[in-house]
Amino acid sequence: MLFLQRLLWRLATTAVTLFGVAVIVFTVVRVVPGNPIAMMLPPGATDADVARLKALYGLDRSIPRQFLIWGWGVLHGDFGTSISLRQPVLGLVLGRLPATLELASMALLMAVLMGGAAALTATRHRGTRVEAGIDVTNGVALSIPDFLWGLLLIIIFGVLMPVFDISGRVSPDLKLPFTTQFYLVESVLRLRFDITADLLGHIFMPALALAIPLAAIIGQVLKQSLKETMELDYVTLARTKGYGETRVILREALRNAILPTLTLVGVQFTFLIGGTVIVERLFSYEGLGNMAIDAVINRDLPLIQGIVLCFALIFTGVNLVVDLTYAALNPRLRHA
Amino acid sequence: MLDGRGAIRRRAGARLWLSGGWLLLLVTVALFAPLVAPQDPLAQDLMSGRLPPFWSAQAEPGFWLGTDSLGRDVLSRVIWGARVALTVACIAGPLTALIGGALGLIAGFYRGWADRIISRLVDIWMAFPPVLFSILLIAVLGTGLTSIILAIVVIDWTRFARVVRAEAMNQGAMDYVAAAQVAGFSRLRTMTAEILPNVLPTLVALLSLEMGISVIVEAILSFVNLSLSTDAPTWGGMIAEGRTSIHQAWWVLAFPLVALFLTVLSFSQFGEGLKDRFDPVLR
Repeated sequence: MLFLQRLLWRLATTAVTLFGVAVIVFTVVRVVPGNPIAMMLPPGATDADVARLKALYGLDRSIPRQFLIWGWGVLHGDFGTSISLRQPVLGLVLGRLPATLELASMALLMAVLMGGAAALTATRHRGTRVEAGIDVTNGVALSIPDFLWGLLLIIIFGVLMPVFDISGRVSPDLKLPFTTQFYLVESVLRLRFDITADLLGHIFMPALALAIPLAAIIGQVLKQSLKETMELDYVTLARTKGYGETRVILREALRNAILPTLTLVGVQFTFLIGGTVIVERLFSYEGLGNMAIDAVINRDLPLIQGIVLCFALIFTGVNLVVDLTYAALNPRLRHA
Repeated sequence: MLDGRGAIRRRAGARLWLSGGWLLLLVTVALFAPLVAPQDPLAQDLMSGRLPPFWSAQAEPGFWLGTDSLGRDVLSRVIWGARVALTVACIAGPLTALIGGALGLIAGFYRGWADRIISRLVDIWMAFPPVLFSILLIAVLGTGLTSIILAIVVIDWTRFARVVRAEAMNQGAMDYVAAAQVAGFSRLRTMTAEILPNVLPTLVALLSLEMGISVIVEAILSFVNLSLSTDAPTWGGMIAEGRTSIHQAWWVLAFPLVALFLTVLSFSQFGEGLKDRFDPVLR
């Protein structure tokens, strides 16, 4: 019952947030100087041509009226037509979204693996130089944002030791027999491992750049959480039973230490998704963020609105799921 | 326990000195850029384009860190780029802290309607991808130093508001606040005279971090060519240029990147070091 109340309350606040995002982005893009209509027409177009095109995109009406028309369309799945690409916004966004989702998921996976390994190793070697070294590495990894990690990786693994590709999502000369945009998933499902390898070679560095700061946070929080758990009586009991230290950490402590980390990962994951915008640009990865920057440069109002709303939907969605998971798993919140 | 504190303090000390040292060097170099820079950062010389750094056989004296594709001196451009980076950091950082901190303090201490409105705004802001938001704002405000600073303040105030709000709520529940109220302090006076000093260490650490973030935001905006004019020496602009010619002249990307890396790292470590030093529990 209380959980249901919380669910409804969170759904309501999420709706308010999304509405706020829509209002802000809608207003902001309409203050943008630079006329997208003028950019579309050939030189020598008459004023009548401009007016006709404006009417076609609905830009001749007042801003509140435009918002109502756009909002009505959005509720019916119509996000308008991109001005620079002249295609429906929804199709464009859905076409690029899978690339960004694959990148973000890969980054999340890498972050969990690296951060988890760091925390477990540091816990296993408490009080030694290994732990101190991991602490320092974590501190540095945390202070440097994904943009800089991406650049460093480009220099190191793209130029000095060219191991990975530094541009694009897939080699342009490969023929892709895919029906969806989830290339990585589909290449595995179709057992085309040659393409999988190529995709991995491209996704590795941008994903790593996004993963490093998150891995550091996971490492720190999980380590702290493990430290607290390791002092509990039941862990001491397991030790007196004669279990080895590694087994005590993995089988006894980890299970209880992992909850606080999980909720944190959820929130930090939205920051990671936000980071894809510039990292995709850096690696010329054809995802949503890369398209967003082009949309801003081209003053493509409907496309900007669509992409920002899509990001906002993902962010609020992730936060909602994390919040509800936490409420469901934490008995104190469940009954509070 | 005492030993633990000593070790932490020693480590904080080294951290403060190293990061503070780099920042001091950077400030000095930026202030005296016209005297320190060996070349004119804008001077192009197509005959001496893409000269490698000094240790290479093809290097030319006077161009210590090589030149870019237009023959501009990389070292001089890194030095002048420090001016832009530090200007943004020193104005945008404190301004963001002031606005975000004030809103967080009000929300956390007064609660009620003020808190509800501010928290809802923070929620909305958090639903924007920050990089996209900043690029969008620059498209609206136009390029230039003022726009960059404004964009940083508009986007990043939530960082301060969230943390200070939580901290102010913690402090507000403590006995000394109740004591101040009993002693007849007004709400406003309790907030500024009692809560604020206790929130200050966190605020200072966050400010230092924010200055580093401002440097990054400026670099990202100049990277996508939305900061100053294309000609102006900025680290982000140099990185963008270096990214396109990375296989021919890696140093055009590498040196501004190193400067950016050390600066951002120093700002965050300096803030952490200060926090440790002024943390009443550790002291």
